Amino acid sequence: MAETKEKSLSDEKPKPRVRPIVRLGIFLISHSFHVSVVCCTAGVLALFLLPVLAKNTYISENALMPGSASPMLSNQHVSDGNRLVKDLTNPNSKSSETGIESHKIIAQYMLDLGAEVSFHKFHPQMNQFHPLHFFSSPDSGKIQENYSCSSYGINTVGIIRAPRGDGKEAIVLVTPYNALKSGFGEALSLGIAYSVFSLLTQVTWLAKDIIWLVADSQYGEYAAVAAWLREYQTPKFSSLSAPNAEMCPDVNNLFELKGHSISGSKFSNSFRRAGTMAAALVLKVRDQNEQFEDTISIYAEASNGQMPNLDLINVVNYLAVHRQGLRVNVEKLWSLLNSSWLKSLGEIFESLAKVAKSLYPKWKFGIPATEYVEGTATLASSLYYQALGVPTGPHGAFRDYQVDAITLEISPKFSLDKVWRNDILLRGGRLIEGVIRSVNNLLEKFHQSFFLYLLTSPSKFVSVGVYMIAFALLIAPLPMVAASLYVDANSSSKRSKGDSSTPSAITDTDEHSIAIRSWSPTTSFMIWVLLSILSLLTLNSVLASPLACAKATQEKEWALVKSVTISSVFIGLGLMSVINFATAEIGALLMVPMCLLAQPLKLDVRAGTLRSFCRMICNLVLGHIAFPPAAFFLLKGMLDGFGNANVGDFWMWVESLWAWNSATYLFIGMVQLPCWVLCISILFHTC
Amino acid sequence: MALLRRPLLLLLLIVTHQFLQFRIAFGSVNEEGQKQEEFYEELLLKPLPDRKLLTHFHFQSSAPPSTSNGRHHHLFPKAISQLVLKFQVKEMELSFTQGRWNYESWGGFDPIPSSNAKPPGVELWAVFDAPQHLIDALWKNLTHTLSGLFCASINFLESSTAYSAPEWSFPPASGKLRYGTLPREAVCTENLTPWLKLLPCRDKAGISMLLDRPSIYRGFYHSQRLHLTSTGSGSEGMDPGIILEQTLTVVLQPDSQRASLAHASEKHIQPSWSLSSIFGKQISGRCVLAETSSVYFLLDKGLVAELEHIHKENEKSEENVLISEKFWNNPSFELSAKPDRIFIEESSLLSKNASVLYKFEIEKYGESEPFDLGLFWKTPVVWLCQQAPLHANRFLMGSGNERGAIAISLKSTQSSEGFMGSNSNDERCELRVDVFQVVPWYVKVYFHSLQVFVDQQPKAVSDIIEKIHVSPSKDKVSPGVMELVLTLPCSVSSAVLTIEFDKGFLHIDEYPPDANQGFDIPSAIEKSPVMSYTEVLLVPLTTPDFSMPYNVITITCTVFALYFGSLLNALRRRVAEEERFLKDKAAKKMDRIPLLLSKLSAKLRGRHLEGPQAPPASSSFINSKSVLKVILIAGLAVYWQYYFS
Repeated sequence: MAETKEKSLSDEKPKPRVRPIVRLGIFLISHSFHVSVVCCTAGVLALFLLPVLAKNTYISENALMPGSASPMLSNQHVSDGNRLVKDLTNPNSKSSETGIESHKIIAQYMLDLGAEVSFHKFHPQMNQFHPLHFFSSPDSGKIQENYSCSSYGINTVGIIRAPRGDGKEAIVLVTPYNALKSGFGEALSLGIAYSVFSLLTQVTWLAKDIIWLVADSQYGEYAAVAAWLREYQTPKFSSLSAPNAEMCPDVNNLFELKGHSISGSKFSNSFRRAGTMAAALVLKVRDQNEQFEDTISIYAEASNGQMPNLDLINVVNYLAVHRQGLRVNVEKLWSLLNSSWLKSLGEIFESLAKVAKSLYPKWKFGIPATEYVEGTATLASSLYYQALGVPTGPHGAFRDYQVDAITLEISPKFSLDKVWRNDILLRGGRLIEGVIRSVNNLLEKFHQSFFLYLLTSPSKFVSVGVYMIAFALLIAPLPMVAASLYVDANSSSKRSKGDSSTPSAITDTDEHSIAIRSWSPTTSFMIWVLLSILSLLTLNSVLASPLACAKATQEKEWALVKSVTISSVFIGLGLMSVINFATAEIGALLMVPMCLLAQPLKLDVRAGTLRSFCRMICNLVLGHIAFPPAAFFLLKGMLDGFGNANVGDFWMWVESLWAWNSATYLFIGMVQLPCWVLCISILFHTC
Repeated sequence: MALLRRPLLLLLLIVTHQFLQFRIAFGSVNEEGQKQEEFYEELLLKPLPDRKLLTHFHFQSSAPPSTSNGRHHHLFPKAISQLVLKFQVKEMELSFTQGRWNYESWGGFDPIPSSNAKPPGVELWAVFDAPQHLIDALWKNLTHTLSGLFCASINFLESSTAYSAPEWSFPPASGKLRYGTLPREAVCTENLTPWLKLLPCRDKAGISMLLDRPSIYRGFYHSQRLHLTSTGSGSEGMDPGIILEQTLTVVLQPDSQRASLAHASEKHIQPSWSLSSIFGKQISGRCVLAETSSVYFLLDKGLVAELEHIHKENEKSEENVLISEKFWNNPSFELSAKPDRIFIEESSLLSKNASVLYKFEIEKYGESEPFDLGLFWKTPVVWLCQQAPLHANRFLMGSGNERGAIAISLKSTQSSEGFMGSNSNDERCELRVDVFQVVPWYVKVYFHSLQVFVDQQPKAVSDIIEKIHVSPSKDKVSPGVMELVLTLPCSVSSAVLTIEFDKGFLHIDEYPPDANQGFDIPSAIEKSPVMSYTEVLLVPLTTPDFSMPYNVITITCTVFALYFGSLLNALRRRVAEEERFLKDKAAKKMDRIPLLLSKLSAKLRGRHLEGPQAPPASSSFINSKSVLKVILIAGLAVYWQYYFS
């Protein structure tokens, strides 16, 4: 900095007119330290202010008109649903080993309503990692040769055709059901769906076809729904791998239903379709519950942080709260609710808001401290699940095909009373009916409301325009600092930059060890760490050290390395923010302070002042936190207590990211880890 | 009355027209005796397997060929005859449909579904009797006329992107046929009223009295059709003879008590109905202008077979109960009126069952004794309607806004052995299937990507397709048309055709108001050999964010301004020359008023360049001082406000 000033002083006299924008740039670069401090603080502050800045949700699409019609679901339909629940929970129906009996019961019930019924057989499919298939639709899947008769699932699909509709669009209702070990909750969810379905066969207002998918969840809920969607959207017409499920005896057994059904033409063993899917609802009922209220939880996050249109959540929230008197939940990080620092922060904001309001009565931005804490907990979980990039339920499969979908999980207050059961059937059914009716009203697909948002409560959201500010503030100083470092280093000595071969090395080892699968998570994690360190050290000694030896006099080498690190972090974060914003946000929180502060420890030790000592401490702490396994371990420890945390958990977590095709995996492997390694190399730089 | 009028009319005509030519023509008419304007009204009722009832109204008016000058019509609607004359229409069909014909449970083989099951919305095709180069202009004018006549937006078929000229799928017309559909057109009473106006009795008398708007629009399928054929006029100066057929096909669900559903035994009894219960009206007499006025009640093949089977089980009496004396009161059902005639279909090649048709003449009934046919089922009956040999389905594949594929799947219905016999050779049994598909230009179909799968095995296109006619779409000019003739083996159980497409971009003003709904691909037509329509498809295309033009304009303008500004600067400026210029200036003016200038330039340059000049400590001191001052004043203000308000 001082040098630039000198330089500017020296050529002050014949000064050409510098354009304001360039002057501003030079000014910012020369004051990059202050700028970065201000920006980072403001960025973190803005992140913590988000719950305060959250707006109330509103229904943006007028055509939805939720709750404008009174629910038509009557006790008659509820008793129909109850009948199905009884039949399914009847021990006789579970006699069959494969659970085909219960599928037959469901299919028979659907047929009696006059719906078109078909079974869909599927084989659970192995997940495959496609590195750059973030938002493109999944392909129709590899045909596996070794299908066996024992491993297949059966989805039961019922379709109601809208009596006067043109069949161009459809609404999907999904109830996961495991015929082998179904709890009472699953049966109840089928009961709710059936009561709605039986109502919908009679109504005249239907404009879109209704598909009820009973997804066989014995291989996972997601797998069943994804298999059905794959068949719906990208069917395979040629069955070259002949060993089909038709040969298996159980399946043939299944189709005997056709024989004794009355309206035989309604049943077919071919795959049935309706039109373009407008929206999908996944309905679940939780088995055990300790709450005192009937609550309904909304899960919305799909793969890579994609969210359904906010209007869908709004409709559910509106109907549940204002019509059915259910409490609506969105996922929270519960451990944050009790944290005292958050509470005090909330109180500070509250008192600030109070002061502001007394100054100028129109400033009303404060929220109560408790609300703030809750909002932060919800926001944190919203951010976390979006960043994870792993869908939080079977609805995630729909989002891959650009269909808006959410999972509704009803957790009733526990009681085995029959009145209670009827009540939950009625209220759950009316909620589903209301949502379907609203979606049915839609003339256009969901497009009015937001797709990029974070929820701070079921009725409050932060839109992209607001939460981007925090991220933008966090990464804004990066290019300036990089430029100023480069200028500094360049002005003193013209040198080429240091080792940039490390990032590729680390990703190599990363993927190499992923392939080793037979060990336990902990051992494989350890092996990975050892291999990475080994390969890094070898590469460092082979590639980096000769250079370092040759230019031993290089004073500012670390500054160049830091400049490179910072610019690569900036590019990485910028790219990631396009793919998955939440990942970029969390990544920025972890990496930006570390990158900005990094300085060789030797220099600090040599300086020996209080400031350099503080910086050293900060560097060491940040260097630990920003290491992804450490960050994961810390976070998990904070949330669940350190007793439960295990080193192998991180391995499992990364493997799940890999299996779900998450972009976060790539981010960790290609941005975060290399940059961390570079930062560490700066810290231990011998200068 | 018509009989009385006829001689009078003839006399009048003979007196007024002296032309020899005409007299000859007229004489020929007179000889045949029937060449008068005529009107028939008919209603057909047919129970459907899924507890529904098909009602099919059929009205036919015909006008014989006659001279063109000063021609007035007695029964025939003048609007139609003018239309035929003006646009030289040889044959035309217009249909308004709401809902889908359920081919699986309502059948697809009988003449009623095969000619009256139509795609949702409006479908129009016309054959013109005019030279080739005039046809497009005639079509455009015809669409506008029909649009006005039927209060529908048929005029949107005028644009060349909306219609096509199929070659084989419709009556052969050697390029003189035009075909267009509007899948999204809503159908309502405003379309029915002008249609009814074409009838001589409107809906005031006769069978059309039954057309109670709420009940017919409550139905599951509603198709209103107008078909006209003109028998070409042989000579000059003659108007062509026109036959106008108007049909209305409605599928209704007779009301049934839901309570009865609870009882398992009564569960599958077909609902009983009467005309007054389904339409809320009765027929009080015929339309006096009609030649014949009759109501038919049809029991189709499957149902007849089933009824006979039931009857045989119950009592082993004579063979055919349905045509015996007590047919209207047999063990399975009961008719409330006695039919005047019973027709039995001549049994076809293989099946010994034949459909039975009961005819009721309306002439006997009047105001005092209105006609109200009722049917009361006594025993549960289950049957299947006769299916077309192949059931066609169409769906979209893929997702996203980039590309997709259309798949047409044909499934054998298995219930078609009887039909197959008629079409098979001894050596090789083959099934000929015509497929006709129109796609709008913004769905850019790649015809080379056509794939055929027969019984889940990929087949070479040339093996299956006998003939193919493709006219690729031109952007914003014409839609893509594909006509195929497939030959499939009779034993085929399923066949699938897939074809891939890219989704195009539209210009901003080409988007319809509801662009986010998606865009329709009209129904494909499959003929094997009975015609059936597939579903309409909805393709979501990329749509701009219409609500944010302001933001878009602002941001693009900013970006462009920045870009072009810096680019121009970089190109235009000569840094060295400027420096020299500055130096010269400084040298010139240094001695005169140096103080003033330096002050001015300092002001112009802004403060922060001055900063480095001064010692840094002092500058920061000054800055912090002023900041302190500001904070102090603000704090005072806050304090004041806080404690004194």
